[in-house]
Amino acid sequence: MTFAGWTLIFVFIALIIALAKPSGALLFRLYDSRPLPLEAGLFRLAGTGPREQSWVGYAVAVLAFNIAGIALLFAILKLQGGLPLNPQGFEGVESWLAFNTAVSFVTNTNWQNYGGETTLSHFSQMVGLTVQNFLSAATGIAVAFAFIRAFARSSVATLGNFWVDMTRVTLYLLLPACAILTVVYVAMGVPQTLAASVTATTVEGTQQVIALGPVASQLAIKMLGTNGGGFFNVNSAHPFENPTALANFLQMLSIFVLGAGLTLTFGKAVGNLRQGWTILAAMLGLFLIGVTVTYWAEAAGNPIHQALGIAGGNMEGKEVRFGIAATALFAVVTTAASCGAVIGMHDSFMPLGGLVTMFNMQLGEVIVGGVGAGFYGILIYAILAVFIAGLMVGRTPEYIGKKIEAREMKLAVIAIAVLPLFILGLTALASVTEAGLAGPLAGGPHGFSEILYAYSSAVGNNGSAFGGLTGNTPFYNITLAIGMFVGRFGVILPALAIAGGLVAKRRQPEGPGSFPTTGALWVGLLAAIILIVGGLTFLPALALGPIADHFQVAAGMLL
Amino acid sequence: MSPQTSLFTGPIVRAAARDALIKLNPSTLIRNPVMFVTAIVAALSTVLWVRAIATGSGTAAFEGQIVFWLWLTVLFGNFAEAVAEGRGKAQAASLRATKADLRAKLLDGRVVDASALQIGDVVRVDTGEVIPADGEVVAGVAFVNEAAITGESAPVIREGGGDRSAVTAGTRVIADWIEVRVTAAAGQGFLDRMIALVEGASRQKTPNEIALTILLAGLTLIFLIAVGTLPAFAAYAGGSIAVPVLVALFVTLIPTTISGLLSAIGIAGMDRLVRFNVLAKSGRAVEAAGDIDTLLLDKTGTITIGDRQAVAFMPLPGVSEGELIASARLASLADETPEGRSIVVLADEKAPGGEGLPAAAEPIAFTSQTRVSGLQIGERSLVKGAVDAVMRRIPNARNADALKQISDDIARTGGTPLAVADGERLLGVIHLKDIVKAGIRERFGELRRMGIKTVMITGDNPLTAASIAAESGVDDFLAEATPEDKLAYIRREQEGGKLVAMCGDGTNDAPALAQSDVGVAMNTGTQAAREAGNMVDLDSDPTKLIEIVGLGKQLLMTRGALTTFSISNDVAKYFAILPAIFVVLYPGLGALNVMGLGSPESAILSAIIFNAIIIPLLVPLALKGVTYRAADAGSLLARNLAIYGVGGLVAPFIGIKFIDMAVTGLNLA
Repeated sequence: MTFAGWTLIFVFIALIIALAKPSGALLFRLYDSRPLPLEAGLFRLAGTGPREQSWVGYAVAVLAFNIAGIALLFAILKLQGGLPLNPQGFEGVESWLAFNTAVSFVTNTNWQNYGGETTLSHFSQMVGLTVQNFLSAATGIAVAFAFIRAFARSSVATLGNFWVDMTRVTLYLLLPACAILTVVYVAMGVPQTLAASVTATTVEGTQQVIALGPVASQLAIKMLGTNGGGFFNVNSAHPFENPTALANFLQMLSIFVLGAGLTLTFGKAVGNLRQGWTILAAMLGLFLIGVTVTYWAEAAGNPIHQALGIAGGNMEGKEVRFGIAATALFAVVTTAASCGAVIGMHDSFMPLGGLVTMFNMQLGEVIVGGVGAGFYGILIYAILAVFIAGLMVGRTPEYIGKKIEAREMKLAVIAIAVLPLFILGLTALASVTEAGLAGPLAGGPHGFSEILYAYSSAVGNNGSAFGGLTGNTPFYNITLAIGMFVGRFGVILPALAIAGGLVAKRRQPEGPGSFPTTGALWVGLLAAIILIVGGLTFLPALALGPIADHFQVAAGMLL
Repeated sequence: MSPQTSLFTGPIVRAAARDALIKLNPSTLIRNPVMFVTAIVAALSTVLWVRAIATGSGTAAFEGQIVFWLWLTVLFGNFAEAVAEGRGKAQAASLRATKADLRAKLLDGRVVDASALQIGDVVRVDTGEVIPADGEVVAGVAFVNEAAITGESAPVIREGGGDRSAVTAGTRVIADWIEVRVTAAAGQGFLDRMIALVEGASRQKTPNEIALTILLAGLTLIFLIAVGTLPAFAAYAGGSIAVPVLVALFVTLIPTTISGLLSAIGIAGMDRLVRFNVLAKSGRAVEAAGDIDTLLLDKTGTITIGDRQAVAFMPLPGVSEGELIASARLASLADETPEGRSIVVLADEKAPGGEGLPAAAEPIAFTSQTRVSGLQIGERSLVKGAVDAVMRRIPNARNADALKQISDDIARTGGTPLAVADGERLLGVIHLKDIVKAGIRERFGELRRMGIKTVMITGDNPLTAASIAAESGVDDFLAEATPEDKLAYIRREQEGGKLVAMCGDGTNDAPALAQSDVGVAMNTGTQAAREAGNMVDLDSDPTKLIEIVGLGKQLLMTRGALTTFSISNDVAKYFAILPAIFVVLYPGLGALNVMGLGSPESAILSAIIFNAIIIPLLVPLALKGVTYRAADAGSLLARNLAIYGVGGLVAPFIGIKFIDMAVTGLNLA
């Protein structure tokens, strides 16, 4: 570990803290019911008004909109051969792959079982995928808004209007922000063109076809919307998708900026900014633990390599341009935030570094998390933590003045149990079926890690791949798609149901007898509950994967 | 109520051990999902064990021990509940005895069995007889010994018409007679409800218990997933895990500790209230007590000692203090009220050696018309009384303005002025004052730290009320309070999201008692008040409201502390069992055996033994409740997290290590 490496990490965290407030304030303006310019005309045009919806109405709108999105994207991918903007002349995508990809982009996962530059037309990339990149991010933020209203409002039946929230987030935040970011990326050297490729003559004198396309525009939303689906197969490790160290840093910042901001939107909405800072502190505390373990593991290097005389840290699978610290930081950012963009191969990380990336996803992507999703995810953990520990102050547990009772508990347990049920259940299925076993490249615990990682990534809606796993088979296309769908809506529905119950409750005023949900004690408690509940659930599986892997490597065993 | 019994007496433990077996009945067990799952798993393991014996498997001895401890886990949980119930049952038995063979004497002279009485029947109860049913006194006045329900042997007066008209079945008339109109049908009375309560027969899960049960069931489901997928993972690694081992891992991970103790905690919480001579009509009320934000307290008896006392004599200009003291003393000699006695005491303090009651003296009695009292000694009439009443007696008295001046000053400081007159001559004023109870200021300070607002309810004028409020440190007051004012105050607080507790005794308190979240009715109160409240204080001590809040908090805290303890125990159990299971698949994972346990078998056995015996070890804590002290939520949380969270992490590492040493030493595995 180097001083420069730690400086990078702490400058990153400091900038996220600094950006959280303006980001949160901007999101609050969209959250707030005050009208924005031009929107009245738009709603008249669409035939919808800012009519408030109950949680059921809100949930139906979310589901209907997203299922329609899956159908549309599936159709585009199947039919791309006959659609415009197809300079390479790609055929329609195979059905299971198209299905997997459609679910993947609508659920903000962006798991890619295809190679972007070798499978998809520009039309599919721009009209199909990029549109869903925007809409899935907007959906996540909209649900987070509804969840915030559950606490900010008192004794009412409605959570806002999904169409309004989604339109506002897309139109007034994501589109303009991405337009600016696109220009910045282009300035840094990211291509933005409708040309298919250029042909270059290499030093050896051979001809090389270098793929091009509208990369910058997709890159902007891929990071800001925590989508993570790269234009190129190797994602942000590609020099065109990540040309400079500064571009790399900007990408990391844009992954976290909205998720971090939402915590303060929440604080502002409930009238106590400290509530927001506290949630952000718990997130960043867990984040720092993850970064430390990963950076340490990677910098310490591989004892097997070192025995062969290769000194230094683990450089396997890393872009030499970025090095160990930046790659470790990026890996933890992208898995903590359900983004899934990568600049190095997580498969080639040291086992404990790989463990952190996997564990981030298994916790349900709550460490900053996907835009919106991370926020309502961590608040469900907060409800659980308040209930377990809140009794210890001798009162019926309450969070932000809302009593946490049987209904909230039931729904929170469902939302939290969805993750282990599908991550572990599908991993178990893949570990004992021939179709599943055909996937991993490696054997032994590392092969197991590849499977476990894939389902953790899918159910956590992350989308990054451990590498090594051959995912483009009917078995993996179907099971991963199921995992992505349930991992997304299996949490959104209980979250909205919880919100619907809480919004109707009267908000109790806070006093010295209320359970303290701000301050260091609560930060520690929330982080501990997340680690213990998550840890206890996934520890056995992790023991058989990365932990076993770690001890084998430490003992100098090669598989 | 029966005197304090120790936690574990021989008969209670023996009965509980028997009940623990009876409670294995699946229809009882299913009320507790976690224990039900444990029992199913135990039954399944028993079948596998029998098969292992039949096939002569070498692991049968090991499996047999796992089966033994699994069943013991379930039995320990049952035992905890049975012990808690057992203590209540002993009390119920003594209550039943008071009710046995009651006879009732109807007005027409017929004597019938108490169980045959109807609502509306009127019965007559004479000296030495036991009141056969709950009711209202309609005629007569009698001293009644209510020791059977309150434990207090000093008799109380019961008479018709006022706030002391309610009588309870099972209490005994010790002097005079009363006629009672029956208000509760046989089996529906106060005593019957009390018996049902202490026995726990009608116990229903409280809302908070239901929520906690859901959480515990949810955790069980999550661990079922975590453990249920392990065989597939092991198969991938080219090995297998024996079912008894999986079962052991599963049962140690699911929250058996808190599930085994959960109902015992609830029963014991109610029981603590009963021992405190407060009857809660539901567990819900006890939980609500812990959530109270606002306490409405009656001034008299709670904040001040019941009566006002004389603190100063203030002579008018031209009157010597000695004369005022002597006259005030004489005027009060025949006055047996606490105020009157306090005047004599103060006078003797200031000017010792006062004379006794003159032989020719005639007391002037207090009437609601004259509102003065005093002494007639021949022609000389000495009176004291409310300032306006005395002035009315002497319309053209000199010094009237000076008297008014002094009395206004006293009223402004919260005191009560009493004017003293000798015939037509005004002498001066006695300053009577409410005496705030010792230590009450500190109590209110504690409550404030806990986030509870105290409100003084008084019939005094706002000036007096404000002064007493300032002196006692109460947060707010309601002066010249009518029952309607009280009700409105409660509604207002509740609209702001607060939970309100109050106590009351009169019929006109009933609406406010019913409206409040915790309404404590005094046992001496009317039947209407006792029906409206959700708790009844058998000692009729309004101060106890403060302790009731503490007991409610203690109940919730005990539940939370043991839940936290139970969940944090899992970390150590993982470190015991996971390496034991996985070391055959990947020898490197033996490094996770940080406790250095003897062998995989002994590690598994030690974890499951620890998991079982921690339940009876924690029964005393569950029954007594965690230590409760008044403090703000932050410091309570910090303290309990340190004890039960961190303690829960550390304790099983030590416990399992010691058990492993014993298991290894005894060659059990």
